[in-house]
Amino acid sequence: MKILVCISNVPDTTTKITFTNDNSDFNEAGVQFVLNPYDEIALSRAIELTENGNGTVTVINVGEASTEPTIRKALAIGATDAVRINAKPTDAYFVAKQIANYAKDQSFDLILAGRESIDYNGAQVTAMLGELLDIPSVSIIKKLDVDGDKATVEREIEGGKEIITIPFPFVAGTAEGVAEWKIPNMRGIMSARTKPLAVLEAIEVKSLSKIVKFETPAPRGTVKLVDAAEPEKLIELLHSEAKVI
Amino acid sequence: MSVLVYVENAEGKFKKSIFEAVSYAKTIATQLNTSLTAISIGDVASAELENLGKYGASKVLNVNNEKLKSFINQAYASVIAEAAKKENANVVVLSNSFSGKGLAPRIGVKLDAAVISGAIELPNTDGGSFTIKRTAFSSKAFATVEVTAENKVISLTPNSYKVVEDGGSANVEVFTSENKDSDFKTIIKEIVRATDKVSLPDAELVVSAGRGLKGPENWGMIEELANLLGAATACSKPVSDADWRPHSEHVGQTGIAISPNLYIAIGISGAIQHLAGVSSSKVIVVINKDPEAPFFKVADYGIVGDAFEVVPKLIEAVKSLKANS
Ligand SMILES: Cc1cc2nc3c(=O)[nH]c(=O)nc-3n(C[C@H](O)[C@H](O)[C@H](O)COP(=O)(O)OP(=O)(O)OC[C@H]3O[C@@H](n4cnc5c(N)ncnc54)[C@H](O)[C@@H]3O)c2cc1C
Repeated sequence: MKILVCISNVPDTTTKITFTNDNSDFNEAGVQFVLNPYDEIALSRAIELTENGNGTVTVINVGEASTEPTIRKALAIGATDAVRINAKPTDAYFVAKQIANYAKDQSFDLILAGRESIDYNGAQVTAMLGELLDIPSVSIIKKLDVDGDKATVEREIEGGKEIITIPFPFVAGTAEGVAEWKIPNMRGIMSARTKPLAVLEAIEVKSLSKIVKFETPAPRGTVKLVDAAEPEKLIELLHSEAKVI
Repeated sequence: MSVLVYVENAEGKFKKSIFEAVSYAKTIATQLNTSLTAISIGDVASAELENLGKYGASKVLNVNNEKLKSFINQAYASVIAEAAKKENANVVVLSNSFSGKGLAPRIGVKLDAAVISGAIELPNTDGGSFTIKRTAFSSKAFATVEVTAENKVISLTPNSYKVVEDGGSANVEVFTSENKDSDFKTIIKEIVRATDKVSLPDAELVVSAGRGLKGPENWGMIEELANLLGAATACSKPVSDADWRPHSEHVGQTGIAISPNLYIAIGISGAIQHLAGVSSSKVIVVINKDPEAPFFKVADYGIVGDAFEVVPKLIEAVKSLKANS
């Protein structure tokens, strides 16, 4: 089985988000970048599915050289090899086009990505890739089991789930539940240094949109505390002051 | 030029988030001096379809055939894109639901459109430009996106736009489409849907609890409070990791992001990753026995106290509020 996992390099979840250049750019100064947690789940499942020499896992990242520590982390967790498309991504469409261009003649059985990246939260790459490659896509899955040349997945829906079978090849976006996060061991870390990492040039893609301004939410006023002995006052405030119940 | 809105149904009915999407799309149509067409796929009664006129749709395209009965994003995207072309629509609006997430990007590629997912405000169309605000960094920030593409696909975050009811009745037309066989490779084997509960992404009110509740056996009072309020239940990550609650209830940076009118957090410390998914809630209430819990810093109302004492009293207070109103 041949699996491609799309990975992105995102600010660590504890990052305090600030902006520069008149609030048009994310301020990367002092920020620790990590492998996107949802992509890590995808990668973990891909590694489980190919255990015991039962296939290969290629990771692909669209990014500049600064993303290489994250790519090496993915190799340390257990990916077989890696590809970096050398470009600063502009939007999800740009990323999907680059990955589709790479994947189109590689005959992957399965392409996995995280359900979304925790920086721009577009949740678009999975379905865009499916469309660009003209294969099925399923956007948010919580379970993935392989059976011969098809897979059974659980897709999240409002208030429930759908159980779907899909023939290979297809693209899926993974959420928690698909696998446990894997921690790289010493052997993985050592071998990651020598695993192949190919750097490919990007294709030209017309930009469709760009972020022009960032802002952070207005701070809330100070909290109004209600005495624990009189919780009914809270209900009263929510009813007549906040008017939410 | 026109605006097209996809109206997703859940077992033949439209939810409030769909009326929000229609109202939102109608306002965009007005901004652009054009009219709004809706497209429905699946088995929906004509009265429900005509009723979409109330929210601003002048016409509803009804696609109801056996093959398209259940949701297959590839096939639905083909139908919606075909309708957009036929209606000359350069703006397509959807609700940013789980299905919407699987549809919008595919429609975008088909129409060479920019996809703006999770929009939270109307676009600004002053001076011929087109900018739109969405959340980013898991609700820790907002990003304003400038769209340069001629066509736009916008998915609207539930509970971020008001429902406007000032229209009449819509004309329903049958719409037929040509689907390729390759659109139907995926097969839905089973749909499991709890219809008696409020679903979390759509919920206006959410009662959420964390590790402070000690164990799954203590969720009875959380569910009771939620039921009384008509709220959905949610939880922090360690709670779903420990299988005290299902993963579908996990909110935060690695769970789902929500923006209800009211979020009540009980026994949750307020870690940055948790706040990421809930901080765009309109009103936040925190109940925690530790006065230093970080959650109090972002709360509107709070009670410093033991959940096991406070929550039962809240339940009683809600009961008497309901009895008196
Ligand atoms: C990569 C990454 C991603 C993450 N993503 C998420 C995410 O998406 N969502 C998420 O929630 N977390 C996430 N986390 C975990 C997060 O950092 C916190 O560990 C988690 O949110 C804590 O959950 P909690 O508040 O329920 O538990 P705790 O931090 O243990 O807090 C329990 C709280 O309950 C209070 N308490 C105890 N007893 C009582 C009582 N009797 N009455 C009232 N209050 C009581 C305590 O004072 C305490 O404040 C993530 C972490 C990482 C590293």
